[in-house]
Amino acid sequence: MTFIAKPKVAHPSLPKNALGFTRRDYEGSLSTLCAGCGHDSITAAIVEASWGLDLQPQNMVKLSGIGCSSKTTAYFVSGGHGFNSVHGRMPSIAMGANAANRDLTYIGVSGDGDTLSIGLGQFCHAIRRNLNMLYIIENNGVYGLTKGQFSASADVGTKAKKGETNQQPPIDPVLLAMTLGASFVARSFSGDKEQLVPLIQAGLRHRGFALIDVLSPCVTFNDHEGSTKSYAYTREHYEPAVHADFVPLQREITASYKQGESIPVVMHDGSRIVLRKLDASYDPTDRVNAAAHIQARLKEGEYLTGLLHIEASQNEFHEVNATPDAPLNSLPFEALSPGSKGLEKILARYR
Amino acid sequence: MPATPAPHVNDFTIKIATVNGTGSASANTLLMKSIFRSGIPVMGKNYFPSNIQGLPTWYEIRITRDGYVARAGKVDIMVAMNAETYARDAREVAPGGYLVYDSTWPRPALLKREDVTVLGVPLAKMCNENFNGVRTRILMKNICYAGVLAALLDLDLARIRELLAETYAKKPQLVESNMKAIQLGYDYARANFSCPLALHVAPMDKTSGHILIDGNTAAALGCVFAGATVGAWYPITPSTSLMDAFKSFGERLRVDKDTGRKNFAFIQAEDELSAIGMVIGAMWNGARAFTATSGPGISLMNEFLGLAYYAEVPAVIFDIQRVGPSTGMPTRTQQCDLLLAAYASHGDTRHVCLYPSNPEECFYMAVQAFDLAERLQTPVMVLSDLDIGMNDWMCRDLKWDDSYRPDRGKMLSKEEILKLEKFHRFVDKDGDGITARTLPGVHPKAAYFTRGSGHTKFGTYTEDSAEYQEVLDRLMVKWGTAKKLVPRAVIDATAGSKVGLVSIGSCDGAIHEAMDLLKQQGVTVDYMRVRAFPFSEDVERFLEAHETLFVIEQNRDAQLRSLLTLETGVDKKKLRSLLHYDGLPISSAFIVEGVLAELHPQAKPKGAARA
Repeated sequence: MTFIAKPKVAHPSLPKNALGFTRRDYEGSLSTLCAGCGHDSITAAIVEASWGLDLQPQNMVKLSGIGCSSKTTAYFVSGGHGFNSVHGRMPSIAMGANAANRDLTYIGVSGDGDTLSIGLGQFCHAIRRNLNMLYIIENNGVYGLTKGQFSASADVGTKAKKGETNQQPPIDPVLLAMTLGASFVARSFSGDKEQLVPLIQAGLRHRGFALIDVLSPCVTFNDHEGSTKSYAYTREHYEPAVHADFVPLQREITASYKQGESIPVVMHDGSRIVLRKLDASYDPTDRVNAAAHIQARLKEGEYLTGLLHIEASQNEFHEVNATPDAPLNSLPFEALSPGSKGLEKILARYR
Repeated sequence: MPATPAPHVNDFTIKIATVNGTGSASANTLLMKSIFRSGIPVMGKNYFPSNIQGLPTWYEIRITRDGYVARAGKVDIMVAMNAETYARDAREVAPGGYLVYDSTWPRPALLKREDVTVLGVPLAKMCNENFNGVRTRILMKNICYAGVLAALLDLDLARIRELLAETYAKKPQLVESNMKAIQLGYDYARANFSCPLALHVAPMDKTSGHILIDGNTAAALGCVFAGATVGAWYPITPSTSLMDAFKSFGERLRVDKDTGRKNFAFIQAEDELSAIGMVIGAMWNGARAFTATSGPGISLMNEFLGLAYYAEVPAVIFDIQRVGPSTGMPTRTQQCDLLLAAYASHGDTRHVCLYPSNPEECFYMAVQAFDLAERLQTPVMVLSDLDIGMNDWMCRDLKWDDSYRPDRGKMLSKEEILKLEKFHRFVDKDGDGITARTLPGVHPKAAYFTRGSGHTKFGTYTEDSAEYQEVLDRLMVKWGTAKKLVPRAVIDATAGSKVGLVSIGSCDGAIHEAMDLLKQQGVTVDYMRVRAFPFSEDVERFLEAHETLFVIEQNRDAQLRSLLTLETGVDKKKLRSLLHYDGLPISSAFIVEGVLAELHPQAKPKGAARA
């Protein structure tokens, strides 16, 4: 249970970020998920990424729906407000919250059931609105809390723990998001922190909807022989296509890239992502070809991972809506209400 | 003071039967406004189909020197423009009334009624001869009947021109073509009939200080004045015009002239579930946000309403009620969501509801809804209906107090947070059941976790019985506070009668008229109009003080009566229901008949449904 408070004792030698915070300052309450759950690794990656980006914890808003994945918003950044809403409806809460205050950083954590079944509609429409948030799917192909039913991301032929074989084709959130015009689409694996942390950082800095589908094996209900979302299967069929290094503003690019292999992408705030193509034929900036590539590999049972698609120039919700730079929740009442004189003018139309 | 007018002057109803999509709305508004500007109280009711073009539609204009706002329940002048409904339209005219029809195609057999004066005007023929283009001819035919009525009723043509000039300020050529059509009808009527009719209008001075407005527009205006910045919705009749009005007010009043930036977010959601989610998210984050919907939308919002109740997040929802169950009759009116709204969602939930009776109250209650929602940290539903929301009502001028500032409730500022040793989201410090909240981004000490799962008063997750129950019980303390904060019932006990009428929302106009009519028959009654849920204490007292109570409402299942029996100690046996649920607005005649049938059963008139 999350009521167990984590002791806040930090060793003085722990490294501090620019704000003077240690990694411990980005943690939350103790996880109550099963030991070895992939989701906990993702939580750790979020902590690492937030610390590394020097984010003010109070400016982070954590949102989720219902399910194992959705519980995890309590397990990181306890200094930020969290909203654990109803099943599949986190995107609408995020939309409303973001509409009220565009200045905060919104991070949504969902699962494959929460996103691809009950919440498929809201997920799609959040993408269409280009809601400025990072949306992480902790994808394990299975319903955990209700004990092992297939989810909509379960592959055809994958076997449930009790032996049943899934016959229905899966919904792939990556391909779906690309079809809907998402401008930042990534896939990763909970066991690959080196890939995941910079992806989360880039996603948090991306202006617009950033999706990271993270394969995150369920150790209790979906980690057996015959499952296509087990640790063993994922490790074997997981293939990084594009590695993304996130380079914060005012920091030098230190990694060395071979000529022709790296693609720098400048974010709206001046920070950069340097994409390293691990598969020479893959171009993450070409939506149509990238999608075809991902689909072809999926057919072979292979997951391409990394920052699979990026398009830096799209307008997010507030730019389309033409809201002011100041958050709507900060506007003084006088700027909003026309007053008695204004009312008199308005009423003239109704006489 | 003008002299008391003759019986037929300024007291009759015109009904116009047309086909929807033919532009008759502008002709009807023109007629309404020209009467209103002559100082005569007037009421418009639109009976329209759930359709875009080609189905029958009716518009009723009641000219009422006494200022009644309800449907009259009878028709004195029928303008029958739709051949498809000629037969039923002709039947509906009261004896001694008039029937105006397009005599381009004579219909002697169909329109044969000896007790009605039939006035044929070759509208189509005249318009075909004078205008070009199919669409123009159809539109002008409608303007032309307005000209006929202007002659028959003695309306001022200069006033009509003035109205057209306002409407078409940017297209002056349309003023001339419309006036031409008006004049065609006007001249034909003057040449062929004895104008004006016995039923006609004569200028009065009873509309100054008043406006003609529909409830959805007034509610939207209330949202603008309350400082709402986020409107999220999914289109549904009859609520859509509320959001349209908010958007158009926003574009006029809230856009920075230099930058073009809008001080509001207007979000069309993918469904009502999403719409309410956005409202909850926005209000959780400190913006005043609202949605407008109708019964089917409330059904879909149930899960989220329960979350907002339990997680104590403010939200404002306008339910413009329409006929149910299911899709029902989307363009007809009812008060059929009273129970649904009061207890929406699974588990022990109850919601603050406000019940406006006219557009004026929609405006004020919209503002109140935001204050109550933020003060009580809970959803507040404003239950209007199609009759209030979409029809033009004559109301007193809306007033605004410039000293008003939004009541944000117990929302802690950064300074207040800094003074705290520790912030606990659900600890009640002063016994009113309301606990302090904080907004994201203000201070790390203020952070808390909002959840619909079982939680302690500290906001942490729990499955402990006592900790869970403690929070649930405090919510009932808060409900007690709500009782003191919501608008009280409007009570008229001047008659000192043992008989009381109890009603809600849009029945109000018909009830006032019915009380006058009953008085003429020697029956005086008291009257209470409930304006909010939970019921204020005066509701209980009124029920207690009367021997016979007529609960008058517009639904089949006596939902207000059920609420009263559930939430007060009233003796069920004292309650008689008068239930009107055919989809048309309730009339005074229905109420008079119902009351008399019960009080004087020997002379029982028919037509009133009783439960």
